[in-house]
Amino acid sequence: MHMATTLTINGETKSFDAPPEMPLLWVLRDILGMTGTKFGCGIAQCGACTVHVDGKAVRSCVLPVSAVENRAITTIEAVGNTPSGAKVQKAWLEAEVIQCGYCQSGQIMSAAALLASTPKPDDSDIDAAMAGNICRCGTYVRIREAIKQAANGRQS
Amino acid sequence: MNAHNNVSRRALLTGGLATGFLLAFHLPLRAAVNEPVQPEDKTDGKFAPNAFIRIDPEGATTLVMPQVEMGQGIYTAISMILAEELDADWSKVQLLHAPANEKLYGNPIFIIQATGGSTSVRAFWKPLREAGASARAMLVQAAAAQWGVDPASCTTSKGEVTHKASGRTVSYGALAAAAAGQTPPKTPALKDPKDFVYIGQPFKRLDTPDKVNGKAVYGIDAIVPDMKFATLAQCPVFGGKVGKVDDRAAKKIPGVRKIVVLDDLVAVVGDHMWAAKKGLDALDIEWNEGPNAKINSKAIWDDLRAASAKDGVVAKSTGDIAKGLASGENFEASFELPFLAHATMEPLNATVHCKPDSCEIWTGTQIMARVQSEAAKAAGLPVEKVIVNNHLLGGGFGRKLEPDMVVAAVRIAKQVDGPVKVVWTREEDIQHDVYRPVYRDTIAASLSGGKIVGWKYKITGAAIIARWLPPAFQKGIDIDAIDSATDVPYEIPNVHVEYVRAEPPAIPTGFWRGVGPNNNVFAVECFIDELARKAGKDPVEFRRGMLANQPRFLSVLNLAAEKANWGQPLPARVGRGVCLQPSFGSFIATVVEAEVDEQGEINLRRATSVVDTGIAVNPDTIVAQVEGGLIFGLTAALYGEITIEKGRVQQSNFNDYRMLRINQTPKIEVHVVKSGEAPGGIGETGTTAGPPALRNAIYAATGVALRRLPIDRKLLAAGRKA
Ligand code: FES
Ligand code: FES
Repeated sequence: MHMATTLTINGETKSFDAPPEMPLLWVLRDILGMTGTKFGCGIAQCGACTVHVDGKAVRSCVLPVSAVENRAITTIEAVGNTPSGAKVQKAWLEAEVIQCGYCQSGQIMSAAALLASTPKPDDSDIDAAMAGNICRCGTYVRIREAIKQAANGRQS
Repeated sequence: MNAHNNVSRRALLTGGLATGFLLAFHLPLRAAVNEPVQPEDKTDGKFAPNAFIRIDPEGATTLVMPQVEMGQGIYTAISMILAEELDADWSKVQLLHAPANEKLYGNPIFIIQATGGSTSVRAFWKPLREAGASARAMLVQAAAAQWGVDPASCTTSKGEVTHKASGRTVSYGALAAAAAGQTPPKTPALKDPKDFVYIGQPFKRLDTPDKVNGKAVYGIDAIVPDMKFATLAQCPVFGGKVGKVDDRAAKKIPGVRKIVVLDDLVAVVGDHMWAAKKGLDALDIEWNEGPNAKINSKAIWDDLRAASAKDGVVAKSTGDIAKGLASGENFEASFELPFLAHATMEPLNATVHCKPDSCEIWTGTQIMARVQSEAAKAAGLPVEKVIVNNHLLGGGFGRKLEPDMVVAAVRIAKQVDGPVKVVWTREEDIQHDVYRPVYRDTIAASLSGGKIVGWKYKITGAAIIARWLPPAFQKGIDIDAIDSATDVPYEIPNVHVEYVRAEPPAIPTGFWRGVGPNNNVFAVECFIDELARKAGKDPVEFRRGMLANQPRFLSVLNLAAEKANWGQPLPARVGRGVCLQPSFGSFIATVVEAEVDEQGEINLRRATSVVDTGIAVNPDTIVAQVEGGLIFGLTAALYGEITIEKGRVQQSNFNDYRMLRINQTPKIEVHVVKSGEAPGGIGETGTTAGPPALRNAIYAATGVALRRLPIDRKLLAAGRKA
């Protein structure tokens, strides 16, 4: 038996039983049924599992739940409620970034965190913020273009 | 691959246009939540003239997708083709994944229900147009009968039939019941391509809106009430078996519910993936590794090189090769390509609920019907007792042309009460892939007067087709392995192509994005560059000289050279390389510009592709596929190699099986040439183009003629020459 853990996810309070060292990724997916956050590698190499903790992009596959109690967690399901998240989602569709889409929850979370902290990122800001997110379909050219569109509020 | 050359084509039309009740299970693409129970594809009350189209009385137009969506944009392209000939209202289009049904949804090129080989649009172009046109004709007949007018005096547009003369209009929805009673035309009239209103326009994809907000449901996201979670370990040595398992420590881990021990794998079932993973780590497993524990990469390469010294089966012979080789100066080279893993972004998975008399599966596969039949065998049930719910695929690249992940999940699920989701760790995914085989190609060519007069080419490698589509493996020739080797674009008077089948011991091999052309285009285009240098010619100029009768190749090559600033000066250690390829029914020229630094590291500066793929159904998707394909191929060229030691794969995750990342991505420009020719394939073309174009850029920058992949930086460090 574990003690109940309480987290604040997308503004809602969620309580559940889980071992303290259990990564947030599996709590989201397998306990709470929030499958928008993806599993790609489990070792912080691919970024598919990216969520926001207090507005910062973090890899939930290596983030123990015990470390995020009392922190504000945002996932792909609600990132559209933040100004930068909404801009990124819109730009992603305008630029038709997505192919299989499996990496894109993580890409969007990383891009939204970037724009929240750096509203006008240059190429090296984009490289630094996005290099941790692998896209096996190779959508990088459009990711870069869409981030710039989102930053400039342009509509392609 | 050009499988249609050798496989007798079954008429899809008869099966594909069969009417009647269709037992189908699917996930609605726009489901906002996980739907554990799939609604049937109910056709009653709808106009359902064939396997692909259902129109209900409200006008909702549901299109059933015979090919799977794994990122290539095919759901949108298929819908555009159907909607074009149907004159559907695009805003009313909804999509369904097709159920397992080879008769209705078989790929006309493979015969089986498979998505791969860049065949979707080529294979379904005609049947889908006919399905749309036939349905449209029935709707027109129904309206004309209601109005008592000649059907020929009616027109259609955006889901409505109009009779101009009397000013009457009726919606397809209102006609659904009456149209169902109409007889389909024997040969439906197809539109003249100049009248296309959807095809050729850059349409927004139908699958992407739910991919920006976490709503899209992939196989790994399936949620079935009361399901457990499992992960597995197969013997690290290929073909090895489970010996002893000590599960005492694993059983103590909170959340672990069951340890499943089968002859070749062990799985831990738990309340969530974390418990399953921890449980698996805590198991003490002794494997019976068996004879394959001695296999290693060096021995595999020794064997392959020995095999490639033998004569092969002749795949093509034109002119007189002996005379051709004797009539000029001779050059030889051999090229070698490594094992590759697929590493689809979505790790392998399947959710299975086995009951005594039925089995239900939730997964994402490129081979619906084969998965169903293989699962039935594993479950010990008749095929019709197995339901497969397909999903969006988080990448396929050929890995999901295999059923092994589903079969393993069924075998595990048989030991579990209730449904279980089996997810592979990335490590298991990399170490138990079905790998792109190793290849070795040898070429002997002769040059005379600056032209190639003899070309003797031999491919040595596994015959994937012999295992995967046995009827297509004829006379010892793997039609995939020779693809793009027997149809090089260049005019060469004496050509001889041979194939030697050489299966690497114990290592499972299968299709990988780009399939046979990956190997052949690499060897051919690299060697053409070497011959150009021997002939003292510029690589583009040299190719042009052999393309007098190939206007489509010539025009993409010229445009690519122009767009890439071919011939204009570059800084030191920067080069441009070209690749021209005949693969998948498309005509594509690519120029890569790259810099090689003093340590031999590569900086990708720019990639330019010019694509003539015939009629471009959705041009933006074509651009996207070539962009992504180039990245996929360049990734392999820079990093891709699976190596074997002691019978095991040495790589395990993205730390040691590396992927190109955004900070390494070059500028990419893709130009799509307008064409009225029949559509070609596109999904794999960029992957095939990237490696030779990069290698030739490195050759131009350094003078080092690399003949193996991945690129060996040590050979490129300043001052080294090959
Ligand atoms: S799954 Fe977390 S970084 Fe890959
Ligand atoms: S879109 Fe497929 S992995 Fe990024």
